[in-house]
Amino acid sequence: MLHHDALLPSACRVSMRCLSTVTRWLAAGLLLIGSAARAAEPGTADPMTERLAACAACHGSEGRTVGDTYYPSIAGKPARYLYAQLVNFRDGRRQHTIMAAMLANLSDRYLGEIATFYARQPHAAQPVFDGATAEQLATGERLTRQGDPARKIPPCQACHGEALTGVEPAIPGLRGLPVRYLDAQISAWKQGARRATAPDCMGQIAKALTGAEITAISAWLASQPYAPDARPATSLPAPLPLDCGGVLP
Amino acid sequence: MKRRLIATGAALALAIAFSTWLNQPELAAEDIAPATGASATLEQVTAGEYLTRAGNCGACHSAPGGVPFAGGRRIATPFGDVYSSNLTPDDETGLGRWSEADFYRALHLGQSRDGRLLSPAFPYTSTTKISRADSDAIFAWLRTLPPVAQVPPPSTLEFPYDSALALRVWRALNFRPAKAADIAAMDRGAYLVEALGHCGECHTPRGRLGGLQTASRLMGGPIASLGWDALPIAGPDPAESADRGDAERAALLKTGVSRRGAVSGPMSEVVFHSLQYLRDDDIAAITAYLRAQPLAAPPPAPRVPQVSAETAKAQRREGATIYREHCESCHGGEGQGRPSIYPALAGSRIVNAVSATNALRLTLAGGFPPSTEGNPQPYGMPPFSHQLKREQIAAVLTYIRSAWGNDAPPVSVIEVERQ
Repeated sequence: MLHHDALLPSACRVSMRCLSTVTRWLAAGLLLIGSAARAAEPGTADPMTERLAACAACHGSEGRTVGDTYYPSIAGKPARYLYAQLVNFRDGRRQHTIMAAMLANLSDRYLGEIATFYARQPHAAQPVFDGATAEQLATGERLTRQGDPARKIPPCQACHGEALTGVEPAIPGLRGLPVRYLDAQISAWKQGARRATAPDCMGQIAKALTGAEITAISAWLASQPYAPDARPATSLPAPLPLDCGGVLP
Repeated sequence: MKRRLIATGAALALAIAFSTWLNQPELAAEDIAPATGASATLEQVTAGEYLTRAGNCGACHSAPGGVPFAGGRRIATPFGDVYSSNLTPDDETGLGRWSEADFYRALHLGQSRDGRLLSPAFPYTSTTKISRADSDAIFAWLRTLPPVAQVPPPSTLEFPYDSALALRVWRALNFRPAKAADIAAMDRGAYLVEALGHCGECHTPRGRLGGLQTASRLMGGPIASLGWDALPIAGPDPAESADRGDAERAALLKTGVSRRGAVSGPMSEVVFHSLQYLRDDDIAAITAYLRAQPLAAPPPAPRVPQVSAETAKAQRREGATIYREHCESCHGGEGQGRPSIYPALAGSRIVNAVSATNALRLTLAGGFPPSTEGNPQPYGMPPFSHQLKREQIAAVLTYIRSAWGNDAPPVSVIEVERQ
């Protein structure tokens, strides 16, 4: 069963009319950005770049971070995934003091436009992580590709796409992310500090993993190259192996 | 013998006076009209929704990510945390069994349906001035919400602040129910500021025991436990000319930005959840009322480490360089900002405040003004906490606070570290 209210801001939950709010805001964002891009003179910067200078301080210009940093690149991630994360930070399902304070008083509509803006940015090629041990790489690759059926751990590809570049519109790619970020996020899920709307499938999976396995998976993922032209898959090859509240139908 | 008798008598009289004072007999004497039992009209419900917005009830009575008005938001106070109550009409955990009279008793006397005295984190020093008609309308609107069963977490007030006696003492010192004649005599601006908007709960400084210091009414000051300073709001805005002042303040309250400024910190929340929804005539009533308020004594200056003249001079030199590199592209070479986009720093109230708290918080953590109908896509300020060293933050703020006609004390590294 999929929960429709997964991405909805709290104010929307009282009304059934709000069910398609996310879709509408994202569409509105796309339209707005599209028309702004057409209206802009050649060589004029997108005003969103300037509005979002606050984000660039950590996530880089146009959402691209490269190299040795904790902060993830957000350029080119699926729009609805980004929107869900912005709402989760604002509403306390993800914990980050600065992110929460930044987003506290931004409207659902603006968050949708921000998500759409970053989803449209090309991502950058990332240097691969070369600090993993052979054992970590073997464990990480096995869990990523095959999972562990005995412990009900599905392979990462089952949800994040065959090439691990994510699936439109709501599942993020796992390539091109800093190893520290990957490790911190999966660990936060294991400890309950990062949550998605119930049913929280990533929370279930992360709780089944050991700390060493999380480190191995993070190390293997960060060791994989990320081609600059890689894109999220457009659809899932098969139904999701778990119920995920953070993913709209 | 006779002297002993007199002493005992005096002590007894004192004890009786004290306990009478403590029990606030004027509360028992309050005549709360019973509920009529009539069902609410559509006009009442519609008015109630607007009044609930104007009172910003939802901001505290909703937890982040939770169901609106189901309570459970943590309200930090210097005496411990309290959690807001559930205002949805759930029978067991909300206002389901309450009547309009019960609701008015809570707003007017700070007393729950069961007679329990309410924590002053609920600002009944202001809500006592709300009219019965408006209280009934707010209640009527709250009754239209879907009931949600949710009990707030218990408060974590420390001894002795968690005791009923402490609450009685606090009330006896700081709370008098408003008189009907006084409520009726308020004009619209006064009513919105003093009653519904409860502006003074933050904009009037508080004493050590959390009582409002009316000698500094609406003169701003530190908001304990939020870590922000409230700005003074009495009188005209000194940074604006007399003919523009009201319009600029109205824009600030309605959209979150004015030509030269932007709201920040806790005020962003107030604009986002409440003020942006107010009618223009109500916003105008608020600005007219605030402009007419007398300037009272400023709150006591914060105690901060002194910076020597020599250090300040070096800070200003270094700060000018940092400013050109990190700040000038938005805030301008003369601190002039860009109208309604980037706040001006020259003449800014935040920059020139004696306390550097807000300037420090904004520089360290950045932030966005609220997105409102009048300013849907605000421009954000980047956080500099991980880009600049503490010494650099102190230097650039010291520079900004002395440049372009600004005149505020230098900022020490220790102040940056305290944040």
